[in-house]
Amino acid sequence: MKVETALTRGEQLFPVRRVLQADGTLLEPLPDFLSHDVLKDVYRKMVFLRVYDQRCLNLQRQGRMGTFAPFSGQEASQVGSAYLLRPDRDWIFPTYRDHGAMHVMGVPLVNILRYFMGDEQGSRAPEGVNAFPISIPIATQLLHAVGAAWAGKLRGEDTVAVGYAGDGGTSPGDFHEALNFASVFNVGAIFFIQNNRYAISTPISRQFKAPTIAQRALAYDIAGVRVDGQDVLAVLTVMHEAIERARSGGGPTLIESVTFRYGPHTTSDDPKRYRAQEELEEWQAKDPIERLRRYLAAQGNWSDSDDEALWSAAREQVAAAVAEAEAMPRPSVDELFDYLYAEPTPNLLRQKEELKAYLARKEGGARG
Amino acid sequence: MAKLTLIQAINDALRVAMRQDSSVVLLGEDIGINGGVFRATDKLIDEFGPDRVIDCPLAESGFMGAAIGMAVNGLKPVVEVQFDGFLAPAHEQVANHLSRIRHRSRGRFTCPMVVRVPSWGGIKALEHHSESIENWYLNIPGLKMVAPSNPYDAKGLLLAAIEDPDPVLFMEPKRLYRAFRAEVPEGHYTVPLGQAAVVREGSDMTVLTYGVHVHTALEAAEQAAAQHGWQAEVIDLRSLNPLDLDTIIGSVKKTGRAVVVSEAPRTGGFHSELIALINDHALEYLEAPVARVSGFDVPMPYLLSEDLYIPDAGRVLDAMQAVRTY
Ligand SMILES: Cc1ncc(C[n+]2csc(CCOP(=O)(O)OP(=O)(O)O)c2C)c(N)n1
Ligand SMILES: [Mg+2]
Repeated sequence: MKVETALTRGEQLFPVRRVLQADGTLLEPLPDFLSHDVLKDVYRKMVFLRVYDQRCLNLQRQGRMGTFAPFSGQEASQVGSAYLLRPDRDWIFPTYRDHGAMHVMGVPLVNILRYFMGDEQGSRAPEGVNAFPISIPIATQLLHAVGAAWAGKLRGEDTVAVGYAGDGGTSPGDFHEALNFASVFNVGAIFFIQNNRYAISTPISRQFKAPTIAQRALAYDIAGVRVDGQDVLAVLTVMHEAIERARSGGGPTLIESVTFRYGPHTTSDDPKRYRAQEELEEWQAKDPIERLRRYLAAQGNWSDSDDEALWSAAREQVAAAVAEAEAMPRPSVDELFDYLYAEPTPNLLRQKEELKAYLARKEGGARG
Repeated sequence: MAKLTLIQAINDALRVAMRQDSSVVLLGEDIGINGGVFRATDKLIDEFGPDRVIDCPLAESGFMGAAIGMAVNGLKPVVEVQFDGFLAPAHEQVANHLSRIRHRSRGRFTCPMVVRVPSWGGIKALEHHSESIENWYLNIPGLKMVAPSNPYDAKGLLLAAIEDPDPVLFMEPKRLYRAFRAEVPEGHYTVPLGQAAVVREGSDMTVLTYGVHVHTALEAAEQAAAQHGWQAEVIDLRSLNPLDLDTIIGSVKKTGRAVVVSEAPRTGGFHSELIALINDHALEYLEAPVARVSGFDVPMPYLLSEDLYIPDAGRVLDAMQAVRTY
């Protein structure tokens, strides 16, 4: 017998918020903060992210980069989730797939490239940009977002901290602990969950039985919302509300952004093993970039030539960043040891000297 | 006999075990239709179905704990942890339950299960994908620990581990998954836990290692022979717990010199325990202090610096030189 509960109807309780339809027409008037200049800037950023994401896939194939996690298809989430934050006062705690959001927050593309090329310096955000390094262990960073927001609250600041995860990221205990802590201590954390329907090969039907992720907010008595992750205006709108709530002491928000990754999980993955081509095409027809372009074009001040100019400018900027990243030196031997503690311990200093001496002998060919 | 890669040998062992014993079930992430990220479980779901090849929600603590419940109640779970670093979320279940259920219940309940962990570095992966977890568990009594270095041992040890009455951490050298092929018998056979293999005989020094660094040590041994005429005896421990102390100590007594090799951080590693054991059992036979080749006391670096961290044959050769010219 199928048990009916209030939450069996999660999809009605948490309808997908949408502002812009796939054909580029609005469902509701735009709020004031979404001025035309903002929309163009948001569009520009999404285009830039798409170009660099695709470029990185190529670089990996050419052996110029290590394992890479692409987000193409999820640009509306990447841009919309970070766009309204204050880089020096708010925080983001990203996953391996949220380097787009990191860039929007102010991490230069060169850092992101260096990270995936295998240089720890890429994990160091510039001063004034509160972007935590990529956390790979799933869902762990959600608790850090709770703590960062909590610290702000204890200091009397209106800090907002966004913790990112995917649909798979809702399964570990850390996800539930984070929601519960944020709820109990009423902190200004936003849990931005990109439900792209798969965790590597595992479909969402294996992660949870409930029809939505957002409905879990009910159990923790916090705000929850589902949003069309292919509609950047909707993502911006729900983020705007969540940020207002967090800053005004209204507590945390759980956001489920319904989206899809076009590419492989990472460059080591083959999505043909578990996903149908039709499913991909269905989502590509709802492309977030094309959707906003249609809207801008329909407004009459975004021409095809503006668009072409934007894409080619993005390609040039990305090429420049790639050239800069590739010209950077390999990490030094010192870097292997010097960042573990404020001062390297005597033990580490000895090990560093040992390695340097070995490398000198090896390069000098003095051995044997 | 077929020539298989190490990953194919693992796949073969799982198939043999599952055909032979219907209580063997697999749990993990992406092990079904995807066949595991390394393809260790490739096509097993086709033969054994989703009730025996179980794709779990993404929660290592969840499926480790559930597997313990299955194991105490008649099943033989083989858990795949996707990468070494992701054993961390399941640490509670492994350290506080898996390792001591037999002991705690005074033999009434047992956990005959295997935890398969693709281990160590060398594949230029992202962070947390290259850990030396033997050291995390070295100090947790109650876990057997196995580390094959070739396809034949991988299959035989995995079958022995699945048939073992106690929990086994089965560490697979991911760097060797597709590195070479070797002859692997069809069907069932086992390589008993607790027996080291002398993979190269020699009288000038003993090199103790396991997993991928058996090959590093062999490479260094060939160089030592070519350059200095020294014959190193290389011992593949294969099983860290139970440990084949007789073979280790017998060899050290014979050669009077020892080098231990692993890529774990230096302090408190399994290599350190080997030195302590040599100290306990063969100190008076030593012509030189035991030399240790290991990683450094830092996290495994990102890929550009990985080679700086992981011991290579040159570092092993240096250690051989140190014990030889002491
Ligand atoms: C604790 C842990 N277990 C396993 C992994 C390996 N892994 C990396 S990404 C991933 C799937 C994550 O899926 P999801 O949360 O939906 O995010 P997505 O990759 O789809 O963005 C897995 C299993 C990991 N990084 N951390
Ligand atoms: Mg996902």
